[in-house]
Amino acid sequence: MAGIEKYLRQSALPHIWCPGCGNGILLAAILRAVDKLGLDQKKTVVVSGIGCSSRASGYMNFNTVHTAHGRALTFATGIKLAKPELNVIVLTGDGDATAIGGNHFIHAARRNVDITTVIFNNSIYGMTGGQYSPLTPMDAKATTAPFGHIERSFDIAALAIAAGATYVARGTAFHAQLLTDLVVKGIENKGFSVIDAITQCPISYGRKNKMGSAADMLAWQRDHAVMAQAVAKMSPEDLQGKFVIGELYRTVAPEYTAEYDKLIARVEKKGGK
Amino acid sequence: MAKPQLMQGNQACAVGALAAGVKFFAGYPITPSTEVAEILAEMLPKFGGKFIQMEDEIASMGAVCGAALTGVKAITATSGPGFSLKQELIGYAAMAEIPCVIVNVQRLGPSTGKPTSPAQGDVMQARWGSHGDRGVIALSPTSVRETFDITVKAFNFAEKFRTPVILLLDEVIGHMRETVELPESGEVEVIDRKRPSGPPEDYQAYKPDADGVAPMADFGEGYYYHVTGLVHDYKGMPSQNNALTTELIDRLHTKIERARDEITIYHEDYTDDADVLVVAYGGTTRAAIAAVKEARAQGVKAGLLTLVTIWPFPGEIVAKAAQKAKKVIVPELNYGQLVGEIERYVPREKVVSLTRYDGELFRPEEILNPIITAGGGK
Repeated sequence: MAGIEKYLRQSALPHIWCPGCGNGILLAAILRAVDKLGLDQKKTVVVSGIGCSSRASGYMNFNTVHTAHGRALTFATGIKLAKPELNVIVLTGDGDATAIGGNHFIHAARRNVDITTVIFNNSIYGMTGGQYSPLTPMDAKATTAPFGHIERSFDIAALAIAAGATYVARGTAFHAQLLTDLVVKGIENKGFSVIDAITQCPISYGRKNKMGSAADMLAWQRDHAVMAQAVAKMSPEDLQGKFVIGELYRTVAPEYTAEYDKLIARVEKKGGK
Repeated sequence: MAKPQLMQGNQACAVGALAAGVKFFAGYPITPSTEVAEILAEMLPKFGGKFIQMEDEIASMGAVCGAALTGVKAITATSGPGFSLKQELIGYAAMAEIPCVIVNVQRLGPSTGKPTSPAQGDVMQARWGSHGDRGVIALSPTSVRETFDITVKAFNFAEKFRTPVILLLDEVIGHMRETVELPESGEVEVIDRKRPSGPPEDYQAYKPDADGVAPMADFGEGYYYHVTGLVHDYKGMPSQNNALTTELIDRLHTKIERARDEITIYHEDYTDDADVLVVAYGGTTRAAIAAVKEARAQGVKAGLLTLVTIWPFPGEIVAKAAQKAKKVIVPELNYGQLVGEIERYVPREKVVSLTRYDGELFRPEEILNPIITAGGGK
């Protein structure tokens, strides 16, 4: 924890997450990224939605906003556009970001507004007790899928890329160091960055799907993750049932708030007040 | 005064917002409010402000809340269906005490209803639209010039009381054109939110001063605090404490209730000796005043009480104005929404509700005839 205490609201701890939850690991990884970059604490704003993931903002000693379910990116867009000098980090869950907030997610990506979004992806609605989310795998069990889930799940990375995000990566709670590096690159990217952070929910998801203890679920992440650099050398059979981690996509595109500043400059040049 | 100009109500709203110092608009297109967005899209970048057309109504309200937290004055404009969509976050803005202005240019509902027809159907939605309860400020101007003034007031109240303020226009006021003379920028009273001055480490974003309102720090200034829609303590941290819950909900009411006199805006025409009192608001007042004048010409002592402040409901003002009247006539472009409030302050047998909900305005004679009947005429 060395170096990141100053970014924690000690008075707000202990946190409310269940024993074995991966959210604390993700929170620490994000704070290490903030520390690594030496971001100005005053100029950094953390915005979250609703759910287990989104309680993280309350433990972080910045200007923090715990918004309504699915709406973190809408608040973040307002904050960033009104005051572009702020670093805006959004913490959200898989249901928060891609179900109730799905439309905001694709439009934030389309605008390429300079926000770094970390999706705490535990494949389930944890806080409300284990209902299926758009990231619940087919056949998995959930309290609202007692006979096995029959919907296909989203690929968050593919969705983000298709919608226009300019930096897309995936990490896990097991690969915490890698996650920090991915968040660093996400914040450095001048545009909309998405980090799909896979984390374990041993209580609401793991128990129902017989995945064992939190340690077993971390081991599952280790055993099913394939580094992006290794994918080229692997056959489709080798990749069956696996997921790719690391930096998945990077491009350069006009960033929304910078474009707005250019618009203001154009208007002024034309003799507007 | 600037030189007289022909102006539409929605335009007066946009210009009023600029006079109040607005620096941010987020919205989603919806008839009959779109001119507010279109004008601000053009004007805001000229005044160093930002305009964004969001992906939906909810997103617009979220962006307004976010922008307001950075210290700027923020506004959105919508109509009934969009107002419904925004309700969750209007409640959030009330709970998290985020100053902002929501313009609702009302159209006939329910549902998509009649998009270009006037109505006053969102009076109760303005009061109770979001879940839970809290104090609400909602204002409804009666003319183009008044739309300018009341928009400025809406921002002033939002800033002073750290609360969302609802501007209830109706389609008539929003789309009507009148010649107006607007004040010069220096002549407009503009109020800004209280900001903290002490050391950041002592700052408690939700610890009220004597007026029930806490100073509000701009994001990015080093005053770290947590903003949440959950019940929270003075620092903004979530709490389950029952006493604190009661205190917070009380304060969301009382900070507005205690300022009732300041917030209450109304007009009285011929009310001193009125035997028949008409109580009206918004665009309906225009037919009402014509009816009152004609009634006077026909020998019936009629008067008009115009309520510009709808919420908090100015019950005492209504009760006082109605005291001497034999009848109180309440014309509304809805099924009878504000009349229920009036009946809480005026004996029911005195109250006559006039309603119209076909998408047309009241004609003066539709109000005149009941006045004449109530006044003992034929």
